[in-house]
Amino acid sequence: MINTHDILETINMIDNENLDVRTITMGISLLECIDENIDRACDKVYDKICRYAKDLVKTGEDISREYGIPIINKRISVTPIAMLAAACPTSDPVKFAHALERAAQSVGVNFIGGYSALVQKGFAGGDYALIESIPRALNETEHVCSSVNIGSTKAGINMDAVKKMGKIIKETAELTSDRECIGAAKLVVFCNAPEDNPFMAGAFHGPGEPDCEINVGVSGPGVVRAVLSKCGDCDITEVANLIKKTAFKITRTGQLVAQEASKRLCVPFGIVDLSLAPTPAVGDSVAHILEEMGLEQCGAHGTTAALALLNDAVKKGGVMASSHVGGLSGAFIPVTEDAGMIAAAKSGCLTLTKLEAMTAVCSVGLDMINVPGDTTPEVLSAIIADEAAIGMVNSKTTAVRLIPAIGKKAGEWLEFGGLLGGGPVMELNTASPAKFINRGGRIPAPLQSLKN
Amino acid sequence: MRAFITVIGKDTVGILAKVSAQCASFGVNIQEVTQSVLQDMFAMIMLVDIDKSSVPFDDLRASLEKLGDEMGLKIHIMHEDIFNSMHRI
Repeated sequence: MINTHDILETINMIDNENLDVRTITMGISLLECIDENIDRACDKVYDKICRYAKDLVKTGEDISREYGIPIINKRISVTPIAMLAAACPTSDPVKFAHALERAAQSVGVNFIGGYSALVQKGFAGGDYALIESIPRALNETEHVCSSVNIGSTKAGINMDAVKKMGKIIKETAELTSDRECIGAAKLVVFCNAPEDNPFMAGAFHGPGEPDCEINVGVSGPGVVRAVLSKCGDCDITEVANLIKKTAFKITRTGQLVAQEASKRLCVPFGIVDLSLAPTPAVGDSVAHILEEMGLEQCGAHGTTAALALLNDAVKKGGVMASSHVGGLSGAFIPVTEDAGMIAAAKSGCLTLTKLEAMTAVCSVGLDMINVPGDTTPEVLSAIIADEAAIGMVNSKTTAVRLIPAIGKKAGEWLEFGGLLGGGPVMELNTASPAKFINRGGRIPAPLQSLKN
Repeated sequence: MRAFITVIGKDTVGILAKVSAQCASFGVNIQEVTQSVLQDMFAMIMLVDIDKSSVPFDDLRASLEKLGDEMGLKIHIMHEDIFNSMHRI
């Protein structure tokens, strides 16, 4: 029998340290739903999602009860809708968003991702119309999430798309300004977007993925922090070792849940995403892990190094625990979703410039950051360009999810509630990058892309 | 399927007897038991076979948790695979 200490450790992780499986995400290909008649296409989309995902939520709940491990979200990701919109160029793509919303409500999932376009090298049919429709789609739906990939190490950065996305983010915030600008919290701009990411708002089911698959995102910053809080004054090598061991255990639960869900739903297992995903709940913060390592507050000098160590150790520990690893895999730093980050942003210790540095070593990018409502689209675009450049040059995923707080200034507050949390509006450098952004064109792919 | 029942709390008379009686009444077979008392804290772990349980897993868990509440103890029942996957390579 497994020894008492190990059993009690597992119970304690779940009961007191917020260990959970953050999401079971079913990826569904909608390529077969392409139709030149948008209403027919929407019917096919709705039918296929409902047929494939009808048991997803119940299965997640059953596994959660049997294994005693909380599974917080059940979600769906679909083929980028721009690919379907390409077949019906004269129709309004928002109809697809409504079909996704209806399907999400029918099967009872928390979010559905894939109102997306992949335009890293340029716009194909359907891409431009879909991007233009994003603000309305996010305003008129509740569960639909959107993402746009504007760059990659292989393709470079599509600066026309970067320019466009600054405007789209602003417009989305404006349309939903009566609801804390929540639309912008459901919109991610990516460089090097992974095609099997189970986490929202950036999840979509890439064109290279199978017809259907189960991807699982683990979590557990609280567990890592608890382990470090007991390690005393050990050196950094030992800190990395402890994180690795803990990440292994966390990921094994994710792997178990993924296999079980795949078996019960008769859907192939895709990947486990080894991410430390925080929530605003006390004891579930990535920032607090960094502080536990010895920083007075997240954002202090040393934060980037501590985050680099954490991100690397999570991957090293997790990779052996799962047969297939993918998605974003690393530590997330969404400001409004992390109690420690919220506190650090409020106190002024955590600034946007420090966050930008952190994104060079974390698993995603500038995530869930509230910015002043009068920020110009060009400044938003320039932030996207900077982030994309970090991702492109370092061959990693970077993303931007900024929420312009319409009618609010730096220091005021936006509150979304739930897992999205809330936080202060952060100060931005407002010097104009307009001429640079308005040039358009494409930043050539870096030398790193020539690996063959 | 096998599961681990863990009982944690302040040591009192009859914990083992009451939890075992509950298991027996549902046809749950106890295969192994370990228990330790550290100062006043009691921790017992039972490996049980629930294939012949007369009630669904959810009901079994609910009744054990209820028993725990009555006795001022924390009782969990969880599938053994979660522990195996986490602690064995």
